[in-house]
Amino acid sequence: MLDLSSAEWTAILLSIRVSVVATLIATPIGIAIAWLLARRDFWGKSALDAIIHLPLVLPPVVTGYLLLLTFGRRGLVGAWLADHLGIVFAFRWTGAALACGIMSFPLLVRPIRLSIEAVDRRLEQAASTLGAGPWSVFWTVTLPLALPGVLAGMVLGFAKAIGEFGATITFVSNIPGETQTISSAIYTLTQVPDGDAAALRLVGISIAIAMAALVASEVFARRATRRLHGI
Amino acid sequence: MLRIEVIKQLGDFSLDVAIRTEGRVTGLFGSSGAGKTSLVNIIAGLLRPDRGIIAIGDDVLDDTSLNLHIPPHRRRIGYVFQDARLFPHLNVTQNLDYGRRMNRLAYDSAAQKHVVDLLDIGNLLDRRTGQLSGGERQRIALGRALLAKPRLLLLDEPLGALDADRKAEILPYLVRLRDETGVPMVYVTHDPDELRRLATEVVVLERGRVQRFGGPDILNDSAARLRV
Repeated sequence: MLDLSSAEWTAILLSIRVSVVATLIATPIGIAIAWLLARRDFWGKSALDAIIHLPLVLPPVVTGYLLLLTFGRRGLVGAWLADHLGIVFAFRWTGAALACGIMSFPLLVRPIRLSIEAVDRRLEQAASTLGAGPWSVFWTVTLPLALPGVLAGMVLGFAKAIGEFGATITFVSNIPGETQTISSAIYTLTQVPDGDAAALRLVGISIAIAMAALVASEVFARRATRRLHGI
Repeated sequence: MLRIEVIKQLGDFSLDVAIRTEGRVTGLFGSSGAGKTSLVNIIAGLLRPDRGIIAIGDDVLDDTSLNLHIPPHRRRIGYVFQDARLFPHLNVTQNLDYGRRMNRLAYDSAAQKHVVDLLDIGNLLDRRTGQLSGGERQRIALGRALLAKPRLLLLDEPLGALDADRKAEILPYLVRLRDETGVPMVYVTHDPDELRRLATEVVVLERGRVQRFGGPDILNDSAARLRV
């Protein structure tokens, strides 16, 4: 049906790998930050809120360039990570995952934060009178009740990561098989004379992935909402 | 013995209370705004007193002069709220079992059976909380608090959200609770009839102060005077 070339398959699988890894690593960090923003007052809270929202308002190429300066081979963090831990981001798929994770982070955090704010604190109090310490309250009451928001955040983040282009191409370039995601593959195909058919195939694939993610989130959210109403 | 000597400022309202009670059921009586719920929240550890001491027997839970505050989850004080506060993501059995899990107590089938029989909730165990009536919710909340094996049980207007018929349905269970479990209780209400049925001692609160303290018979003139 869809006659995909191996280069196209490579781009699709790479995009999925990059986005899944970016979402899975960003989610626990996002939950922690969302909880802090929703439930704690601390010095520098508005600064933290502003910093995680920066990728949303900065031009993606700026974020990508800042990543290159920081996590590139000669970047402050990048050099240290390469020398001490052997982790290299520059021009690797891991760098694409980092760029996608950072670009999608505000979209991931926001629904989680809203759903944690919506959790009834009186239930958390009831849990504490039943012997649950703060950590147990979080795992047994707050997080399960915030689950629809967590899933919504993960789907939004994943969709953003799949579509990410500007920061990724600036940071890790457009190397087939290593950093060429669906978006950069489509971009490349639009630059060559007879790339239209292949570009359209990839466009179809990315629409299908986005739709599948939305449907999955809808199904999860509906199940979770039923649970929350105790039915 | 429960010892309460606390001062707490809450906006314009000030609570200044000193009570020692040996009662099996200590009734906290007063009109709304008298400070009953604030006092119970202080006993539970949900609210910290500005100054004062809370102690059960020799066990001090709050002592502001020593900067001591035991957090709620380490107090082993059960709390039944007016609005039940059952966990909506758990079914009835899981709600009942929550305190045992959190306190890492061994599963005690005898205690479980006793509480289920006492409250008559055997037919509700598989329900989701959304499928319960108001009276049923309150019975589950009672059972959930009891199964955490508290050394003191706080009940903040547990019948307040129920109509007269439902109240009549639950009151006998509370009487059985008093007579069949050894757990001392602090029972908050603005309904003198509930306290006449349940309380062994009564504290009348008015605008954050103890106005009277004694046996349930003090309700006869206080209730008339407070018009509740």
